[in-house]
Amino acid sequence: MAARRRFSAFSAALLLLGLAVSVSGQRPERGDEIPPEDKRSGYHFISRETQAMQDDDLANPGSLWVLEGEELWRKGAGAAGKSCADCHREAATSMKGVAARSPAFATRAGRVINLEQRINYCRVDHQQAAPFAYESRELLALTAYVGHQSRGMPMRVAIDGPARPFFEAGRTVFLTRSGQFNLSCAQCHEDHWNQQLRGLPISQGHGNAYPAYRLEWQTLGSLQRRLRNCNTAVRAEPYPYGAQEYVNLELFLAWRARGLPVETPGVRR
Amino acid sequence: MAKALIRMPAEAKKGEVIEIKILISHPMETGYRRDAMGQPIPRHIVNRFVCRYNGEVVFQAELFPAIAANPFLSFFTVATDSGEVLLQWTDDQGHTESETVRLTVV
Amino acid sequence: MDPVVNSPGEGCRAMGSVSRRQFILAAAGGLALPPALRRAAEASPETAAAAIKAILGEARLHQGRVALDMPPIAENGNSVPLTVSVDSPMTAAEHVRSIHIFAQENPLPNVAHFALGPRAGKAQVSTRMRLFTSQTIVAVAALSDGSFWSGSAEVIITLAACIEE
Repeated sequence: MAARRRFSAFSAALLLLGLAVSVSGQRPERGDEIPPEDKRSGYHFISRETQAMQDDDLANPGSLWVLEGEELWRKGAGAAGKSCADCHREAATSMKGVAARSPAFATRAGRVINLEQRINYCRVDHQQAAPFAYESRELLALTAYVGHQSRGMPMRVAIDGPARPFFEAGRTVFLTRSGQFNLSCAQCHEDHWNQQLRGLPISQGHGNAYPAYRLEWQTLGSLQRRLRNCNTAVRAEPYPYGAQEYVNLELFLAWRARGLPVETPGVRR
Repeated sequence: MAKALIRMPAEAKKGEVIEIKILISHPMETGYRRDAMGQPIPRHIVNRFVCRYNGEVVFQAELFPAIAANPFLSFFTVATDSGEVLLQWTDDQGHTESETVRLTVV
Repeated sequence: MDPVVNSPGEGCRAMGSVSRRQFILAAAGGLALPPALRRAAEASPETAAAAIKAILGEARLHQGRVALDMPPIAENGNSVPLTVSVDSPMTAAEHVRSIHIFAQENPLPNVAHFALGPRAGKAQVSTRMRLFTSQTIVAVAALSDGSFWSGSAEVIITLAACIEE
């Protein structure tokens, strides 16, 4: 009698444990704890008027950079006199999905690189031309043009294999407090998204619309420019443009934004 | 930089009122901002815009620094005859840009 | 990139608009006005009124017929959309000659002057404004019969949440 009671108690415990495991499913990863059904692009945290600006290509000032990028794509450059089109043909075909998978590990670089760096590798290696500086008209135009070819596609970066250590380094940046305000990215964008900061809702910080036209800048700018603004906002000294810390963080953010559509060129405040 | 983006119908019925939209590439520097050294950044804006339909002025604008960067304008005109719609803008340094769009009126 | 010294919204929002008389009285009373308040005094409704008077001359300004479509709250003063429309048949006999936009609290109240005419077909123009602070936008339309009509709308300007470079 006692044996049967012990057995039924034991099986009940097993049943409960089994239920607990199946209900909890995947445990959320550190830095990525927003439930998938609540994951939202920054598009959902801007005013209706700003959304309307993004939705209409004619109203979206980013379109001017996409047009410029299209011209640069076809223009021969450097000592080799080659254009992007000479190797890559029509960007609508060859570049489709590239931005959705950036940043990515590049064997020739031995590290994870972003789209800006990838373009500059082509500039130097294949066009024999000088690399473009961050926030230069040309680099913004090309990243906007290439990014635009992935518009609407879900972000899907690879974080396995050689990319893994860079991904983890990026996650560490995301979770580490910094600056005089001693805040980490996670504290605003994971813990307090949609709450008000100086009268405006905090976004989830995905970056899927970059390069984006920010009303604050009155021009198009890269994701790194935006990340540097965040550094300044918490009174931390920004890294220089192109720092591996930013590229690692971009990889982490792109993974965190997986499934969200590329919106390049977005409009943000 | 690409000069401008224009949207207007390529074809319209005679007498139809059509909308013309233009997004002009220009920083519209107000003259009120200062650079990192504290020096004033000089004003540099598009200050005049004109639309000529088969040579006749159908819309004009005088713009001031209070127009946002990369100025956006939308206005209307009556489709009278087939021809050329010329959109022209000048900045306060005297530099002029223009774009011409063909309109077919049926 | 470059820090904007005259950032929209700061300081002036709390002050509202200051009439010239209030300014003079305060100065006479020995009160030292902070720079933000002095700036508001420069760009008071009276400066905008002077700009409007320059359009009107001696003509009377009627209220009505002019509608402003603008969001009541704009999340960034750098780009605020505006559509102005005037109720008019736009015929050769009766049409809108011109539309003038004024931002009362901007350092310079003139926003734009649009010249229309019967070939416009519709007296409606859209653009995007740069607004220094929360304020009233006034639109004045000059009609072909020599009369002037006006409409206005208020907008609240919020800043971006974080201080930039």
